[in-house]
Amino acid sequence: MNAPVDLDRRQLDRRQVLAGGGALIVSFSLTNAFGEDQAAPPATAPAPPPPGSLKTSPYLDSWLRIDADGSITVFTGKAELGQGFKTAFQQIAAEELDVPFASLKVVTADTKLTANEGYTSGSHSMQDSGTAIQNAAAQARALLLNEAAKRLDLPVRRLKTETGAVIGSNGRRLSYGELVAGDMLHVQATPTSKLKEPATFKVMGKSVPRVDIPAKVTGGAAYVQDMRPAGMVHARVVRPPSYGAELTGCDTAAVEKMTGVVKVVRDGNFLAVVGNREFQTVKAMKALAAAAQWKETAKLPKQDDLPSVLTSLPAQTSTIFERSDPTVFSQRTIEAIYTRPYQAHGSIGPSCAVAEFTDGKMTVWTHTQGVYPDRQGIAEMLHMAPDDVRCIHVEGSGCYGHNGADDAAADAALIARAMPDTPVRVQWMREQEHGWEPFGPAMMTRLKASLDGDGKIADWNFEVWSNTHSMRPGGAGCMLAGQHMEQAFAVPPAKPLPLPEGGGDRNAIPIYTFPNAHVVHHFLPDMPLRISAMRSLGAYHNVFSIESFMDELAALAGADPVAFRLKHLDDPRGREVIEKAAQEFGWRKDQKAPQDRGYGFAFARYKNLAAYCAIASEVEVNRETGRPRLVRAVAAVDSGQVVNPDSLINQIEGAIVQSTSWTLYESVTFDDSRITSIDWQTYPILRFDAVPDSIEVHIINRPGKPFLGSGETGQGPAAASLANAIANATGKRLRDLPLTRKRIKDAIDA
Amino acid sequence: MMTLKVNGQDHQIDSEPDTPLLYVLRDELQLNAAKFGCGLGQCGACTVIVDGKAVLSCVTPLVLLEGKHVTTLEGLGTVSEPAPIQRAFMEEQSAQCGYCIAGMMMRAQALLQRNPKASDEQIRAELAPHLCRCGTHMRILRAIHRAARLMDTAELSPAEQRSAQ
Repeated sequence: MNAPVDLDRRQLDRRQVLAGGGALIVSFSLTNAFGEDQAAPPATAPAPPPPGSLKTSPYLDSWLRIDADGSITVFTGKAELGQGFKTAFQQIAAEELDVPFASLKVVTADTKLTANEGYTSGSHSMQDSGTAIQNAAAQARALLLNEAAKRLDLPVRRLKTETGAVIGSNGRRLSYGELVAGDMLHVQATPTSKLKEPATFKVMGKSVPRVDIPAKVTGGAAYVQDMRPAGMVHARVVRPPSYGAELTGCDTAAVEKMTGVVKVVRDGNFLAVVGNREFQTVKAMKALAAAAQWKETAKLPKQDDLPSVLTSLPAQTSTIFERSDPTVFSQRTIEAIYTRPYQAHGSIGPSCAVAEFTDGKMTVWTHTQGVYPDRQGIAEMLHMAPDDVRCIHVEGSGCYGHNGADDAAADAALIARAMPDTPVRVQWMREQEHGWEPFGPAMMTRLKASLDGDGKIADWNFEVWSNTHSMRPGGAGCMLAGQHMEQAFAVPPAKPLPLPEGGGDRNAIPIYTFPNAHVVHHFLPDMPLRISAMRSLGAYHNVFSIESFMDELAALAGADPVAFRLKHLDDPRGREVIEKAAQEFGWRKDQKAPQDRGYGFAFARYKNLAAYCAIASEVEVNRETGRPRLVRAVAAVDSGQVVNPDSLINQIEGAIVQSTSWTLYESVTFDDSRITSIDWQTYPILRFDAVPDSIEVHIINRPGKPFLGSGETGQGPAAASLANAIANATGKRLRDLPLTRKRIKDAIDA
Repeated sequence: MMTLKVNGQDHQIDSEPDTPLLYVLRDELQLNAAKFGCGLGQCGACTVIVDGKAVLSCVTPLVLLEGKHVTTLEGLGTVSEPAPIQRAFMEEQSAQCGYCIAGMMMRAQALLQRNPKASDEQIRAELAPHLCRCGTHMRILRAIHRAARLMDTAELSPAEQRSAQ
């Protein structure tokens, strides 16, 4: 899926840049470069790999460049999507290098400049890239210390680093720029680094203001949508009316004569128009759409009967977890089915890309989450060598997973090839983003569990039916342009994402300890709707199901939901997160919410290996209309060592609000051939009238512990916490997402 | 050809009269702040101020703007000299992806110019046309309250006086 790292070429590029930038080029011996910090591993045991993404891109200069003038650049293969980690990475590097925060620059995903870190997804950025940068910076600092030791003729222990320089015990100072040599950082990382003690942190752990916000609040150029290279033309694509529709005819002559139209591009079922001015191009797109004739063949399933749709699809069934203790006897058994519809990423800005084809080389500026996989897909689509395609990440509107970004990049590349030497900007329209983005897949879970005589869970059965949760590119067949062009590429067969992270089965294995447990994944290879990765993948629905069912079981046991969870949870960090959220919320055993209000609780550790998150919610439900509103939410989160507390809080606040929107309002709609939720009226999401009174986020910091991804950890707990609070308020359990006003009203009236 | 006054400056615009203001701002005047979100007036990302009122620029044709004063986020202040609303959004770190934010800020600016003592309820009601997908709502509200306090204590910059006209 991920293209191999093209280290040689990249290093060459970097050195060219380096030479041009005036850095010192001095050969450097690596012998014992790390002195006492680098113990030679025993000859018999293979050395463990270095941490984070250093595993796959081990050279330090894949991550850091120090120029002779002392300026420092940090390279990350991850893309800033609005989570703020560009700032966090800058903090990490500044801390480990002992340089002022503002003296660093961070370059994000670019196939010519940065390491191949695959996709920016799965809450991996901090643990992959953040860890790599942390260790690369620490090891670079050690190299600089060693170099200074030689030049100053002092042992390393008599040196210290401070604001970008090494200072000797004799007071002599050598700046990093003076110390750096051309190849000094072109060394492979060692498995371990001497990291800073958390107690001495100056920049890490602080809520440093995000570097990207000033431009965003003053109208600076902040997004790919804001690019205007000289000579740029505008393009709009005319998409088919439904999946698989064939373009049977299109008289383009009239459109070609419209004011401002430069070209109509047709390639099989791919149709686009290029113009000089944007609104003229929009008008031409509408005229072209009206002229296009399509033969539609799509047969979409019944939207309102998801359980039978999903369970009637062919399935590859596997047991993914099994535990058995025949000495435990079950007494009371309950079962339930939970469903989730198709849901949309719903980026506020429709996807956009700029591409330019010059001298046989394609450059694409894109808000993709994976520049290398995108490059591979575009190169395949255009039958070009990957080296002749460069993908550069530029921020777009928040994506929350695989939205139309990659497709827009492919659209731009295909059109740009037809118009050499001209930068082409493709902007999707609202209905194209809503209608063609790959949705978060529909899912169904069936749970059955029993209590023993002491009100503890004796056995647990969990089955999940789901498509894959990633159809991301890597191949041209994953991109709409590749699918629609004359020489079309087939959509590659779907694959389940492997555990322990999983896809449809992400978080399907309970974190709680049950004496008997059986977890089954029914992987559904056939995809009636176009689907792919959406924030937290299957974890959203699986956590919603598990944590709703835990409340159903707690009710059966006559137990308090928080105490019931603690009774089944061994993980001490998980317990602490639950206790913290409960305490800060003011959760009390035997509490009773005011009339028409309810309290709910839920917890998960994302993927059972990333950040922990517990959320307590208070909702109010209007009994007349059924309308629910989240009144307040209190969350506790443990994401290991915290780099930027405010950014982490921002992520969790956002997760709660976004998940509230998914959970209360959202489902993709379709008839027997077409997607019918194509704008914000047909796909309503949360508006300000439903924003809670307050959201509190409490961080449990773990100094010195590994970073745990936290961008997606809130999605599942927020959903279940709401569902549990609605059940508490109404006495009715809702198991089909979304928990709409109508469903609540119907349940109240039933 | 018509004259369009944007951020205090006159511009000669030769776009067709049905061209939505958004495209004139972004393409002809190369202003970034107003964003294309839906083109349907459903999301608020394109909001600017016209004669003191928040307007959805994606559904406002150029022909309706003769003689009117358009203010965009660029017209309020800069990174080094931010207007109170911009300072407030920076201080509250009120963005994730930030794509919706410029539109939110312009509607909030128009509200606070009209009613500097707007209540939380009024602010929430005023923001009804605006969507944020990252879920930054709590921070957006905090920033608007902060902006109200800042405006209360700060002199209005010439740019803001213009946008209030």
